[in-house]
Amino acid sequence: MQGNVQKIFVPLTAIVVLLILWEALVWFMGWPTFKMAAPSDIWPAFLRFQPMFWEYGWQTLWRTVAGLGLAVLFGTLIGMIMGLSRIMNDALYPLLVGFNAIPKATVVPVVALMFVGQHDFNTILIAFLISFFPIAVSVAIGLSTLEPEYRDILRSLGASRFTVFWKIALPKTLPEFFGALKVAVTLAFIGTNLVEIITPHGRGLGHLFQSAQINSDFPLMFAVLIALAALGIILYYIVVALERIFAGWADRTAT
Amino acid sequence: MGNLIEIKGVTHAYQTKAGPLPVLDNLNIGVPEGSFCAVVGPSGCGKSTLTRLIAGLMFPDQGEVWLHGELVKSPRKTVGMAFQNPVLLEWRTILQNVILPLEIVAPSMPKRQKEERARELLSLVGLDGFENKRPSELSGGMRQRASLCRSIVHKPDVLILDEPFGALDAFTREDLWQTMHELRVKEPFTAMLITHDLRESVYLGDQVVVLSGRPATTQYIMDIPMPGPRPLDMLYTPDSVEKLAVLRKQIQIAQGRTDAEAA
Repeated sequence: MQGNVQKIFVPLTAIVVLLILWEALVWFMGWPTFKMAAPSDIWPAFLRFQPMFWEYGWQTLWRTVAGLGLAVLFGTLIGMIMGLSRIMNDALYPLLVGFNAIPKATVVPVVALMFVGQHDFNTILIAFLISFFPIAVSVAIGLSTLEPEYRDILRSLGASRFTVFWKIALPKTLPEFFGALKVAVTLAFIGTNLVEIITPHGRGLGHLFQSAQINSDFPLMFAVLIALAALGIILYYIVVALERIFAGWADRTAT
Repeated sequence: MGNLIEIKGVTHAYQTKAGPLPVLDNLNIGVPEGSFCAVVGPSGCGKSTLTRLIAGLMFPDQGEVWLHGELVKSPRKTVGMAFQNPVLLEWRTILQNVILPLEIVAPSMPKRQKEERARELLSLVGLDGFENKRPSELSGGMRQRASLCRSIVHKPDVLILDEPFGALDAFTREDLWQTMHELRVKEPFTAMLITHDLRESVYLGDQVVVLSGRPATTQYIMDIPMPGPRPLDMLYTPDSVEKLAVLRKQIQIAQGRTDAEAA
């Protein structure tokens, strides 16, 4: 119980301390809001545009989650193919690395031209493209590094490849998978915002950020950044909670 | 025939970049039903290959492996395996780990019956009270005990032990040797044990097979006719000491150290 109080109380205190230091720094330096807005400027900006934050925040959130969901499905599939077949691994690895090296900001206009007007689809596509790589690689590595004895205990009983995969390889890969998912969740988030900012289609927090910039509403710009950070934290900890449920056994310190 | 495990003229080579690497050469071993065969030999002589051939995970280039009067052409449900690494599944409790083979071999068996069987075995090896622990919470010896339970939970007629005690400390190892004898009384099985420990082979084996260096062939077979659980003291009788000396000499021959005596 005491641990739980500490888990909530300590980070909250850290946030409050940070806000106070931030406020003090801006006040002490006498910065104008276009240089650095103080928390006391940001909060009113948030309140003023609150309905928009909920609406746009939701758009950003669901599209990120959809992209991430696709990344999980596709990344796991590619990872399985690469992890279980040496030939496919050799064939796909350089392609994946090359694809991952392309800055996704350059892909956004390409995708926007390919699927003109499909804003939701484009956004989800970029979120997916930017975040599937770590998942694919971690699943591939998890599967290909499975010790042969693990396979043998079931194979010697006549178990099918699928049974070995389902009962042993897949659960054994879960800790690596969740490690990658933690990286992927922030990447997907970046992908969504990238599209929202680069292609103007009036949706999501990225759009709110852009309108704030156009209107020189600097406190609002900062408020959007804080909202993005808050969403990122929420998504990240949802993944952590899932990890506890499905791969909690890998945590040796818990018990 | 009459042997439950019959290895007849098995020859096998691995294909490597430098050409074929022969590991087994005309190997012949017969293990009668209910008997315990210990296989010793220099390291790298193909002992683990042998276990995979018996389990039906690999097939020899030449020769045949027969189990229960049937030619081994694929994995069979009546084989149990335990390795030096206990390979327990970290996400399952000890009880659920032991049950694993039953999930493959007898999927229709009621869950309660599976668990009952697993509990029975765990209590035989002194792991009662640990059923719901995770493998990471157990000591190395306890994990290996659980691994042994898993290897015999489905009542295999052939038990393949690939150095299961190799990574344990000396005292734990002796404990487990005794556990092996106790298990044999209550859960009869035919076993082939791969080991590097001559004392282990003499204490556990009804017959000890010495393999030659690579490519391995049957170099020497010693029968140890002493039925029933053996007291640990038996290792210190003059008879056993003599047997150990003979085996040690055979290993040295297998390693190619005393060529004069091999002739």
